[in-house]
Amino acid sequence: MAKKQIIPRQQNSGSFTKAISAIVWKDLRAEFRSYELISSMLVFSLLVILIFNFALELDIKTRQSVTAGVLWATFAFAGTLGLNRSMAIEKDRGCLDGLLLAPVDRSAIYFGKFISNLTFMLIVEAIVLPVYSILYNTNLFQPGLLMVILLGSIGYTAIGTLLAAMSVQTRTRDVLLPILLFPVAFAVLLAAVKASGGFLDGSGFAEIAFPINLLIAYDIIFISVSFMAFDNIVEE
Amino acid sequence: MHSKPITLKILDVASIILLLTSAYIAIFVAPTEKVMGDVQRVFYFHIGTAWVALVGFVFTAGLSVIYLITKDLKWDRIQVAAIEVSLVFFLITIILGSIWARPAWNTWWTWDPRLTTAAITELIYIAYFMLRQGIDDPDRRARFGAVYALIGGLSAPITFFAIRLFRTIHPVVIAGSNSEAEGAFSMTPDMLSAFFFALFAFTVIFIDLFWNRIRLENLRDEVEQLKMKVTM
Repeated sequence: MAKKQIIPRQQNSGSFTKAISAIVWKDLRAEFRSYELISSMLVFSLLVILIFNFALELDIKTRQSVTAGVLWATFAFAGTLGLNRSMAIEKDRGCLDGLLLAPVDRSAIYFGKFISNLTFMLIVEAIVLPVYSILYNTNLFQPGLLMVILLGSIGYTAIGTLLAAMSVQTRTRDVLLPILLFPVAFAVLLAAVKASGGFLDGSGFAEIAFPINLLIAYDIIFISVSFMAFDNIVEE
Repeated sequence: MHSKPITLKILDVASIILLLTSAYIAIFVAPTEKVMGDVQRVFYFHIGTAWVALVGFVFTAGLSVIYLITKDLKWDRIQVAAIEVSLVFFLITIILGSIWARPAWNTWWTWDPRLTTAAITELIYIAYFMLRQGIDDPDRRARFGAVYALIGGLSAPITFFAIRLFRTIHPVVIAGSNSEAEGAFSMTPDMLSAFFFALFAFTVIFIDLFWNRIRLENLRDEVEQLKMKVTM
């Protein structure tokens, strides 16, 4: 008996990662055929930066103090766009029901969507960063800053994926996601802006350590909460 | 007919008396603060409302967990009641703080970490009600609400501790000192008793409103079910 219980579990853990990678693979493949999501996120980000340019008059002096804020506002706006779309696709064509029917753990669906959303966000960031660096003549390619961007994006998409799964099932849909997401993700964005600003100013590690710890803590909290709560979101 | 339970009626009267007494103590009994003068009296109600609102928010996070485990709609109704009452109390906290800040800081509002996190907390629970409004199915509404309130509940304690983590001008009157605070003061024994009385009064008022709100929600539910019966 005991042996029988152990064997399916081992298979389960194997099929869990398999299920996750299958979902990620599906999302990436669909995306790289159409480039629907990445292109809209990318164009949108560039437009946001353009708007900030005129709204804040980004001359050399202001640029130094607001770069971190502008970057994160851009990533956050573009992120909601991507999160919304990625979930709406699933919902509209009944793909979500299909996924739910699959004999895999529900949390595998969450992790799959989370990883693909994170990938899209990182791709967009990887293009926006050099463009911003060239346009405003600031070097954004510092290992510390890149780490902060990675940590911030993880936290943001972790909770964003959960909330997007929620908002697509409501009457107000796309409108609701930013309203739900921004206040909750505020702490992540705040810590990310503080840490990024710290790296850009070249301040000491003692000052940056706290927001980075906060970021890591939030990443863990958001991933674990979403992991536990996702079942309740897609349950029918 | 469901008449109001007698305990609730007593609690109603008690809360009114406590509110009036607390106001009397804060205005006439507590000594005037030397530097800020009379405006400091707002502090008793500011902390009183903040206390119940923040406890309420954390409490709702616990209710979320209970609902998600039991899936009993009773807990959802309790949660809605708790969040609604806490939301109103927290709004009062912010408004009272603003009234105090005008003379003390010379501004109604400043983007201080403590104030910002307070505003964000308020927005989270407004978003909670917008989320609920967008869902028709009661079970799904309850599930989504519970998950969102749980996430929101993780942010309320941060509001309380933000003051100790970031540099802020918001005073820490209880347990701690903040050298950069503007408008800080230390409490005399008379002030302390007024303060604890306000805490007690608002706790009772909160429980009273909370209970009334749960009752309202239950009655509403019943009316809904009776309506369904009639149409069927």
